[in-house]
Amino acid sequence: MAPLNIKQGSTRFSAYDLRDPNVEIIEQHTLALVVDNESGVLARVIGLFSGRGYNIDSLTVAEVDHTGHRSRITIVTRGTPQVIDQIKAQLARLVPVHEVHDLTVEGPSVQRELALFKVSGKGESRIEALRLAEIFRAKVVDSTLESFVFEITGTPEKIDALAELMRPLGLSEMARTGVAALSRGV
Amino acid sequence: MTEVMSGARMVVQALKDQGVDTVFGYPGGAVLPIYDEIFQQNDIRHILVRHEQGAVHMAEGYARSTGKPGVVLVTSGPGATNAVTGLVDALMDSIPLVVISGQVPTFMIGTDGFQEADTVGITRPCTKHNWLVKDTAKLAETLHQAFHVATHGRPGPVLIDIPKDVQFATAEYSPPQKARISHYQPKVKGDIEAITRMVEMIETAERPIFYTGGGVINSGTAASQLLREFVDATGFPITSTLMGLGAYPASGKGWLGMLGMHGLYEANLAMHGCDLMINVGARFDDRITGRVKDFSPGSKKVHIDIDPSSINKVIRVDVPIVGDVGHVLEDALRLWKSRGRKVNKEALAAWWAQIAEWKAVNCLDFQNSDKLIKPQHALQRLEALTRGMDRYVTTEVGQHQMWAAQFLGFEAPNRWMTSGGLGTMGYGLPASIGVQVAHPEALVINIAGDASFLMNMQELGTAMQFRAPVKQFILNNERLGMVRQWQQLLHGERYSQSWSESLPDFVKLAEAFGAKGIQCSDPADLDDAIMEMIRYDGPVVFDCLVEKHENCFPMIPSGRPHNEMLLGDAETEGAIGARGAVLV
Repeated sequence: MAPLNIKQGSTRFSAYDLRDPNVEIIEQHTLALVVDNESGVLARVIGLFSGRGYNIDSLTVAEVDHTGHRSRITIVTRGTPQVIDQIKAQLARLVPVHEVHDLTVEGPSVQRELALFKVSGKGESRIEALRLAEIFRAKVVDSTLESFVFEITGTPEKIDALAELMRPLGLSEMARTGVAALSRGV
Repeated sequence: MTEVMSGARMVVQALKDQGVDTVFGYPGGAVLPIYDEIFQQNDIRHILVRHEQGAVHMAEGYARSTGKPGVVLVTSGPGATNAVTGLVDALMDSIPLVVISGQVPTFMIGTDGFQEADTVGITRPCTKHNWLVKDTAKLAETLHQAFHVATHGRPGPVLIDIPKDVQFATAEYSPPQKARISHYQPKVKGDIEAITRMVEMIETAERPIFYTGGGVINSGTAASQLLREFVDATGFPITSTLMGLGAYPASGKGWLGMLGMHGLYEANLAMHGCDLMINVGARFDDRITGRVKDFSPGSKKVHIDIDPSSINKVIRVDVPIVGDVGHVLEDALRLWKSRGRKVNKEALAAWWAQIAEWKAVNCLDFQNSDKLIKPQHALQRLEALTRGMDRYVTTEVGQHQMWAAQFLGFEAPNRWMTSGGLGTMGYGLPASIGVQVAHPEALVINIAGDASFLMNMQELGTAMQFRAPVKQFILNNERLGMVRQWQQLLHGERYSQSWSESLPDFVKLAEAFGAKGIQCSDPADLDDAIMEMIRYDGPVVFDCLVEKHENCFPMIPSGRPHNEMLLGDAETEGAIGARGAVLV
């Protein structure tokens, strides 16, 4: 599929990317925005989602261009195709938003999330936790005699899977960054 | 040549450089430095309002009637919060406004200081964009950007919040030519492939209709001109939303009247039955579509809009064209002409014959009376007596607003100012003052209801002070007429809180402000009274006592499609079902 480069004022999304109007299935999409890193820009994006009743599954933001003061916001959202189109059009309308990319339709992309797990336990369960961490390529970044903190990077599904396995082994706290995503290739 | 000046002077200088001649505002602690600068110059006229909401509506009236952005100046805290209703009103109706608010000094922000409010936080969803300027060096550029954003793309209100210390501090002023232009450059030219598809559809359509909206007015008078040429050359029928009245003349041969909830029977049925709908700068608002599922089921739809987010928001369209209405119409008209000006003449004649049948229903018919003034009759007389005059009309919100849209005819754009999207009672009086300030010699009439008028009546003081001879034509039924109508149709005639006891004596009220008051209750006196109002050189409050229980018809009940219109009282029994009752 040819990449769909969505720019402000473009006629090439919502307008021309029409899908079957009768399909009301809920889709999950990963959107990447390039925005001016000015005060209030995140509030504008979040306010748009809450004000219009859209969903946010995950949201990540950080400045990626320090000289140009540009931040990249990665949002995982869900909705019917019509709602997804609306979300993109509404985002593109915000003045500090320079680019809106729908990584889900623009071609293959890589998605990664980082999570920290605190697993407390003794004896056999402690060893099992360490073994599982190894299988999932999670690193130990802190350890006491009764706990580990693991760092794991991967798709949200992989992190979910490890969390499920760690829960009976004493998973007591978890911190996740939300998804960061880039399209594949040049 | 760059010049070092205070932030406060920069504000005034930037306004001058942007061609601003009038500012509507109200002073207070956090904007005193700017008011001091206003005092020391004569290029910009300041209109002192009585309430900040009034200032914003005045600026809206000014903007809507001139095509230029309206400018408002308010203080921090309550000054800014009072402006919020006007901001949302302008956002919904796409009116370009630049609102400047004072703020507590930067070092006090966040301390709950006196008259501190998080103005940019509060107004973020109420504006197209807003800024808190914390550095005087960035102030001039921000002001120029604000004008750019307010007037480019789909117009809208913007707000600049300026802390008091930023107003006092000095920096180099950058004129508009030198200011960094915002990356915000919405597309105005439509996609030529899509325009070609539209032209092909125009050539073969059997039952076409133009459905136009406020976007045509916003695009400028050239767009209205192109629309007229296109409609007349194709011979297609045309209807318009409330916001678009005047883009095509009411006397034009293609005119079907307004469409929508209280639109004309022929306009709504033509929308329902058409095979090609060309939406020009309208947004498929719920007042227009009725039940979305059954909206114009048999038609191909073209949608021309400058805002991509308007497209497919409510109604799926077949040919979307993102661009400025004026540019798109120009390209379309040129293309259609170069391809030989083709239309399906035979089918079109049959279509007009069908429309003539609908017209014959005479949906605006009402039972007139020689004892009581019917509101419709009052507007018919006002229309007859002011037609041909240099006339501007504003309205409040409610039954009177719909009757005005039905019974007054507009021949030119920018002559009709009303609160469409937000439906703000209290809009009309201040808006009429804004219009009058921009057009001192014109006849400016606000069609009002007794309840709406009371919401911002303090602005009569502004009208007096600035000698704005606005005419307040109140259709007084001592009721919240539209609320009463809905309670009758929907809530078993339980008229909860929808009548006004203790209404003021409007004549005395006018006189208390120094204006003229006229009361009329006898249909026989109506014409003379209206002429007295028109001839009086100064603000007039016209208290027109009308039939108290008149309902506004035709009406599409909530949750019904276009072809299930109610035409009169006889059919209202059980008109709105339980599902419709939850809609507004």
